[in-house]
This record gives sequence, C-alpha cells and structure tokens, in this order.
Amino acid sequence: MGSQLNSEKTTAVSINDDGVTLRLKAPITLPVEAESICPDCFVGCQQSEILALPVFCGRRRKMLGDIFSVSGEASDRITVEGDLTHFKRIGQGMSRGRLTLRGDGGMHIGAYMKGGEICVEGNTRDWTGAHMTGGMIRIRGNAGHFTGAAYPGEIRGVNRGTIIVHGDVGNETGARMRRGLIVVEGHTGECTGAGMIAGSVFVFGKLGARAGAGNKRGSIVALGETAPMLPTYQYQCRAQFGFLGVYLRQIRKWGIAVSDDLLKGSFRRFSGDVTALNKGEILIHD
Amino acid sequence: MIGIINGRVYDPCNGIDGKVRDIWVKDGRIVSPAEVDRSAADIIDADGMVVMPGGVDIHSHIAGGKVNAGRKMRPDDSRGHERPSRELSQSPRVYTRSGTGRSVASTFKTAYDYVEMGYTTVMEGASPPLMARHTHEEFEDIPILDKGGYILMGNNHFIMDCIRRNEKEKARDYVAWLLGATKGFGIKIVNPGGVENFKYKQNVTDLDDKVIGFDVTPRRILETLSWINDELGLPHVPHIHGLNLGLNGNADITAETLIAMTGREAHFTHLQFMSYGGEMGKPVRSAAEVTARVVNANPNITVDVGQVVFGDTTTMTADGPVQYRLHALTGNKWFNDDVEAETGGGVTPCVYRKSNPFNAVQWLVGLELFLLIEDPWRVYLTTDHPNGGPFTCYPQVIRMLMDRDFRMQAFEGISKLARKNALLPELDREYSLYEIAIITRAGTAKRIGLDWKGHLGVGADADITVYADMEDREAMFARPRYVFKDGVLVARDGQIVCERPGQTVYVSPDYDTAIEKEVRRHIEDNYTIAFEHYAVSEKELSNGRQVACKP
Ligand SMILES: [Zn+2]
Repeated sequence: MGSQLNSEKTTAVSINDDGVTLRLKAPITLPVEAESICPDCFVGCQQSEILALPVFCGRRRKMLGDIFSVSGEASDRITVEGDLTHFKRIGQGMSRGRLTLRGDGGMHIGAYMKGGEICVEGNTRDWTGAHMTGGMIRIRGNAGHFTGAAYPGEIRGVNRGTIIVHGDVGNETGARMRRGLIVVEGHTGECTGAGMIAGSVFVFGKLGARAGAGNKRGSIVALGETAPMLPTYQYQCRAQFGFLGVYLRQIRKWGIAVSDDLLKGSFRRFSGDVTALNKGEILIHD
Repeated sequence: MIGIINGRVYDPCNGIDGKVRDIWVKDGRIVSPAEVDRSAADIIDADGMVVMPGGVDIHSHIAGGKVNAGRKMRPDDSRGHERPSRELSQSPRVYTRSGTGRSVASTFKTAYDYVEMGYTTVMEGASPPLMARHTHEEFEDIPILDKGGYILMGNNHFIMDCIRRNEKEKARDYVAWLLGATKGFGIKIVNPGGVENFKYKQNVTDLDDKVIGFDVTPRRILETLSWINDELGLPHVPHIHGLNLGLNGNADITAETLIAMTGREAHFTHLQFMSYGGEMGKPVRSAAEVTARVVNANPNITVDVGQVVFGDTTTMTADGPVQYRLHALTGNKWFNDDVEAETGGGVTPCVYRKSNPFNAVQWLVGLELFLLIEDPWRVYLTTDHPNGGPFTCYPQVIRMLMDRDFRMQAFEGISKLARKNALLPELDREYSLYEIAIITRAGTAKRIGLDWKGHLGVGADADITVYADMEDREAMFARPRYVFKDGVLVARDGQIVCERPGQTVYVSPDYDTAIEKEVRRHIEDNYTIAFEHYAVSEKELSNGRQVACKP
C-alpha cells in the first residue's frame, strides 16, 4: 500500500530534513493496520495529507490524525512515539529514509522492506522484516517469532538486507531466507534458519534447538552456547574462517561487543542438513 | 423484460455470425419479439457491441477435495490476491463475499471471477464419488454460475470387478446408481488402471497393461465405460484423461487411445498434456500434429486443450503418479490422496516458465492444437484450470488465437530450444469471433449436453454476455460490459452487481434396483462410511436440476 499511496502523488512538496514526528494520543489495544506509516508515503505529503493517511483500527477506517499528533511534514525521516505493540505493518515495503520507533512495535515491521533503515528502541513482535529485500532493521529489545522469515507457504523469504536484534528472538528466525544477514545478540528460539536456502544468521547468545533444519546452503554461526544439534548435521573440521573476521568486524561497527577472542577464535564446522542439499553449515565457536 | 438491441450477435448454434439482432428476454428465457411488450422492457442499446451467449466451461477444477487441498497447502496463492467484500445494495444491505486466491481461489471468488469474465456455466472436471458431497457443498457456495461435476470411474474397484467377471450389465447398473448417488453429471475416466496401480508404486503405460489385482486392462475399462455411457443415454459423453500424461512421447499412446475410441462418442480432456513427442530422457518435442490428425479424422471425438499459460499455478489431478513425478521433479510441496476403493489424486504447485524448454513446448503444443484441429465445434478452450494456468487467463489465450502478431510476439520470448523447428510460426490461422463463440460456449454447451445453454434461440436460458468490440481482444474478453444470468444483470463493466444462486445440473439414470443390495455389501466391506451415508440426497442440493437421460 505504501508504494501505491506514493505513486498517486506528484511530489511537488520539497523534502523537509527535520523529519516527521508522530505521537500516539492515547493507548490503543485494538489491532491497527498501519502500513501507511512509511517513509515512502510521508515524503511527498504536507502535514494535512499525513494527518489524512488511512489506518484501520480494528474494523474501522481512521486517519493517522485521529490517533497521532503530528509535527513536521514532507520527509522520509519518521519518528513515532508511544506503545505501538498493536500496530502492524509499520514500514512495510519501505524503500528509503529512516523510521524510528521510540517504544515497542507490533507485527510485520519492515516486512517486504526494500531499503532505508528501521530502528525500534523497544521490542517487536512476530514477522519482523519478513520477505525484506534490502535495507537495515535494528531492534534494541527482543523480536518475536519468524524474524526475517518467509510467510506461510512461500518457498523463499528474505532476499538481501540486514536485521540486527540486540535482545532475543523467537522461533524460526530466518526461515527459508534466500540471501541476507540476521544478527542476534541474545538467544534464539527453536528452528533458527529452518529451511534456509542461503544467507547468514549470527547468534551471540544461545542457539536454540533444531537449528538449521532443512537448511540447503545457509550459514548459521553460533558464537555462544548451543542447544543439542540435529542428528542430520555432521561434524567436519575445526578451523579459523577468514570470512568470519570480515563479518565480525562489521558487526562490531554496528555496536555489538565482539571480543578479540572471537575474532581470532577457531570454529567447529558441521555440514547439513543432510536431508536437504547438505551444503549448509553450522559454525560453532570453541 | 429486457431487450438487448442493435448488438452484433454471435450465436453459432443458430448460425448467426455477427448480424445485428435484437435479443428479448422474459422470465429468465430468450423469447421471440412477439412475446414482449417493448414499452415495459428495459432496453440495453448494444450498438457497436458484441453479443454472445454466456461462456460455458467444459472442464475446470473449481470445487471438491483436490481444490480444497490446494487451498490449504497454498496460503501463498492467496497473498496479493485478496478480494474484499463490496456493497451491492444499501437497502436491503447486500454485500459480495470476500475471498482470496488465484489458482485455487475460494468458492465465492471463483464464481465472481468467472462471471466477471462473462462465463455463466462451469463443469467441475473430476470429482471422486466419495468426495461428491464435498463438491456439492462447495457448489452451494459458488453462486450465480450453473455447475455440474464429472464423476471419476476409471479406477473404481466395483466396476473393475464387474469387468473382470464379464458382467457389464451389472457395471452399467452400478454406474447408474453411482451417478444418482453422487448427483454427478457424467462419467470421468482418469488414467484407467494407472491410478490403482500407483497404490503399488506402479502405473500403466499401455492400453493392454494389467491392472494389479483385477486382471483388467485400460482398454477394457475405456470400452466398458463408453458402452455404459451409451446404454444409459447420458447427456454428456465419456470424459477421458488418458495414459502417460505429461510424459515425453505420450502422443503415440494418446493417438492409440483416440483410435481405440473410433466409432464411439468421447471427449478427451486437456489434450495438450497428452501430445508430446521425443523420448524419455531426451528433449521434449511438440507432437500436436500427431494427435490433431487423429482428432480431425474422427468426427465422434471432441477435445479441450488445457492450454498452458506462463506463470505460477497449482496442478491437481486424480492421476496420482503424475503429481508424484512433478513433485519429485520440482521439489515443490505435494499432496497425495488415496480415495478408498475408487481413485486417487495429487496436488502440487508449479511455475510455467518461458525460459524452460519443456514448459515452452507445452505452451506451443496447446496453441498448435487449437490451430491444427480444423473443426472448432470439436476443440474447446480450457486451461484445465488450474493445471495449465488459472481460468482468468482465458482472455489472453483468446487473443493468442485471434491475433497472430500477438502470438508471434509471445513466441519470440520463449526458450530458444523450444523455438527451434517449432511448427507454430507456420500456422497463420486466426480465430474469428464466431469461432471463439463456438469454442467458449456454443460447442461446449452442446457437447456437455446442455441444450438450453450456449445459444440465444427462443427458449434458451437468458445467459448473455455483451462485450465492447475492442481491438485488444484480451481486454475485451476480460471485462464484458454486461453479463446476464437467467435474464438478470449480474455483472457490469467487469464487476459483480447482483448475486443470486446458480443451478447444479445432475443426472439420475434408471437402473435395476437389485444392484443396491450388492453395492451395500461392497460399501460395508470396503469403505470407512456406511451405505446409508454414502449417497447425496436431493435435499442437499438447494438448487438442483435433473437432466434427462435418453437411453
Ligand atoms: Zn482436469
């Protein structure tokens, strides 16, 4: 919907660098479909137009101005303040700009995202960054299940882009991802990287059970503890992997503590899933 | 009363080829002008427009166990294909139902999509007897359209037992009972014997192969069911899906099967999937010429094409081994079905790619069949929805048939390997609107055996589609200006404006009731449900119409 709203406009409005701030007027517990909160929608909008953007509150159609006070206009930099736990699809399909949530976010944040940056200072719920194809999502707190995963029935999900979660994530993180990078500073739930086609998942906390089930070519890197592994992974070797250094130095730049010990450390490589293509791997830090 | 005046009418059953005629409607039927009080009639001025009977689809998978399995296993088919509910009237408040899906759309959406494309009657291509109740329950939720279903019989244990014992009269009585019990419309035969053999990890590849445990052959199953079809005087003819579907080199066995039916009436469905040349393990070639030649030479045979349309779809058939092979080939998810003592089936998603030589040849075979089979009354437009592609692609196929330049433009985009030595560029034929009317309604209605459909003569159901006459035939057939069902305007400018129930047609041939005792024993011995629960009663069809048999 974001791109649709955008394409209807002839962007005569000049871009305002101060950004747009939305403040939630009152707490909302009804589910809200809020894909209009998206830089691509806001960038060509004067304030009156932003106030009139549609959202569905439960089954009722409302305008953004009904539930938010808005300052600023015509910018692809958006800051949203308030508890947005029940707001779904914020930043869905966004291709540019920066979206900051000063609080918790709901489901499907940054799903189908193509570019730009999303930063959530609190937690998010399920399907964060599902099917994203570019850009970066950073969650300061925890993310729900299916972070960076493919939607039910889809053969492939995330195809490029980066998701960084500083807290923990739920089950099936990165399921059926095709390309891209997911970094989890905390623990992961079960079936991390289930059915991965390719791409990389780095886990600094505990890697949950059954990681990499059905993994074809993906890399799962466990830098902390690991739950018992699937019997369909085979131990191959212990080595220092040059490419991990490149990744880890970049991850350090993104603000995650990467000790020199990790940078220099050796890893045990397990290949799998033998029931899939067996070209995937789980690398476990010694 | 309604008058559709000044339109150019294409009514092949009555030999009207684009003449300006006025069509009058009263009480849901076409009537003669004398019966109408013009001053009281709603007049639609169709000046410059094209008027045809409502579209009639002879073979499409829209309801029942397989379709529903497809819906369940493909939430991805729904994504991006949501159809919201829309208000049709304010007082009383009437809405269309919301729905989702493209290749395996939900029931109401299936009806709306068909009607908005100008179709008013659709036949479900394959219902296992045991799943007939499910099929009818979905029919109840497919409004506006008239529907009916063909009942799968080519791998039925009771019938094969009768054939083994040379008791074809008993088989005839059983088939008559079965059609009445399932409220089905005709006999469907899918890979006779092969589906049964797949239960032992085998198949049949030849008309004289043995069916495991029954000592019968595909040839005898075909002959017997064809004889029964005649004996019972069913409105439709045996509806046949032959052997070796989808395999390189299957055109030979298809031709052999067509020849085996010489002198008998038969309809061969999705002939495209049965017309491949080459050998196993070698590149596939089109063998449309081979099968088209046999069809041209046998006036008792009709076919529908099952055209492939490039893109994502869901394949489904009672031919279990075919679906298993496709699943093994693509790695896509797969649903397999064993319907007790009757049949089997499978479902697996599939993407037809222009760049894939096999898919490109499949596309070529379909178009070549359309262009090589000379008599439009014997070749019908289908995509074997959703097997070759969703029915919503019919307008695209129509344009391919009517517009050689458009066809050749598409040809240039397909796999180079498939283009090499292809016959298609040599085929200059372009379908006329009259011929399109035959392959999409007149011919199909006639062959299904629905005499009151597919034409605009006095007494016919007032199912009428009015198109704007546009140069782009795809746009024209995708969005008719007006669609009438039983004389009621149901869609305008490609949008539903009125929802009303459609009819379900079925047959109930006479039989010697002595058979019931034996059927009861058969069901009690072999089925998971009781005899009493097997038959679909008349009460379960809210709008059923029994069609007479002519033994
Ligand atoms: Zn079919």
